[in-house]
Amino acid sequence: MLTKRIIACLDMDGGRVVKGVRFKNLRDAGDPAECATAHARNGADEIVLLDITATSGNRYTLLDAICKTARSLFVPFTVGGGIRQLDDAAAVFDAGADKIAINSAAVRDPALIGKIARRFGSQAVVVAIDARKVDGSFEVFIAGGRVPTGRDAIQWAREAAACGAGEILLTSMDRDGTQSGFDCGLVRAVAEAVSIPVIASGGAGSARDFIEVFRGGCADAALAASIFHFGIENIAELKRELHDAGVPVRWPC
Amino acid sequence: MFSRPAPGPDAAEHEGTFVIAIVDYGAGNLNSVRKAFDYLGAGVVVTSQPESVATADKVVLPGVGHFSSLRSLGSTGLGEALQQAAASGKPFLGICLGMQWLFDGSEECIEIAGAGIFPGKCRRFPCSVKSPHVGWNCLAICEGSRLLRGVAQDSFVYYTHSFHAPVVAETAAATEYGLEFTAAVEHDNIFGVQFHPEKSGDVGLAILKNFCEF
Repeated sequence: MLTKRIIACLDMDGGRVVKGVRFKNLRDAGDPAECATAHARNGADEIVLLDITATSGNRYTLLDAICKTARSLFVPFTVGGGIRQLDDAAAVFDAGADKIAINSAAVRDPALIGKIARRFGSQAVVVAIDARKVDGSFEVFIAGGRVPTGRDAIQWAREAAACGAGEILLTSMDRDGTQSGFDCGLVRAVAEAVSIPVIASGGAGSARDFIEVFRGGCADAALAASIFHFGIENIAELKRELHDAGVPVRWPC
Repeated sequence: MFSRPAPGPDAAEHEGTFVIAIVDYGAGNLNSVRKAFDYLGAGVVVTSQPESVATADKVVLPGVGHFSSLRSLGSTGLGEALQQAAASGKPFLGICLGMQWLFDGSEECIEIAGAGIFPGKCRRFPCSVKSPHVGWNCLAICEGSRLLRGVAQDSFVYYTHSFHAPVVAETAAATEYGLEFTAAVEHDNIFGVQFHPEKSGDVGLAILKNFCEF
């Protein structure tokens, strides 16, 4: 049976893994390669590395971190942050990523999704959507959540899938970093609108949250960062709890 | 915007020592496959040259994406070199699209023929399940598989694909997703896996190690 994936996300700033609440109050959480292999050993089904300083930082730092992380990581590895054109994606793949995540650049130029998909395959293109509830519907925000676009998240997910996206990484900005549970309403609305897998993100705080987003939210995968870094929730223990609750997961692994 | 990273091992570096040719025909990113063999200490060369395929001791045909990307095999002479390699008895491993090539063809692109080493055509998944099939799913392993030697029944492996190969007499493992399809296939020196062993953790590395030891 196809299992629900648990994805560990590493937010990286200046070559170090960091974690804050809504991109603020960043705390050091370790070396990317070490964090990634530790999470994989602990049962993470996939690793996502997001460069949150992408717009102004030194790109060599990111490529170097990808190289080092990819060398001994044998689960799928996604990298995002500051990928604006095909060449940026190519450099990230060359460095060792299996998939790239694009967010702002895809909103500004949806054709970029198809360009990368034609060269590297749809399976390698994850479109990340940051959404916030505004007046009863979900609006897409870009530039690390700073810029509203006026676009509807469900419509945008549908368009991204039609352009050739292989997966949608859907972050609820309202829940991000709060550990108050995933936004199951948002996730379900998007999962029902597209046939490609939807990764739920934002709000993970406990095993119960994962169970809810896989059942009620219809998520194919769920991503979390802070609860894994700081040992609030151990991935192996989380998977055992999900397994015991009847959620299909890669367990034992 | 980005500077390109330093290139990985290439043909020149492994000259005289390489044993495994990883065939590059422009279908996606071959880095992960090379990296996994590097990790296992195997000598590999990534090549798009038919001559390198001919002189290699073993051949790996990876590939992700659309069946039509196999079109370039015909125009570059690689297809013929791969057929000869398969017929020569040297160990041959097709991964994902590379495994699908070993069959007669695919509904995904009917005008391109596969190698016809295994019978049947690759087909779309039924409407009862989401497509593509992405994630970790488990293996029902047939007794006596050499490629999957030492791999526990129901082990999880990572998939990402929209088309599947039928279960045939040579099927070495099957996976269930809306229906039962071929996860691994083997006959004499020819092996194929629909999943990505290079992305399937320790289970995947064990499978690639088995191939290295043939």
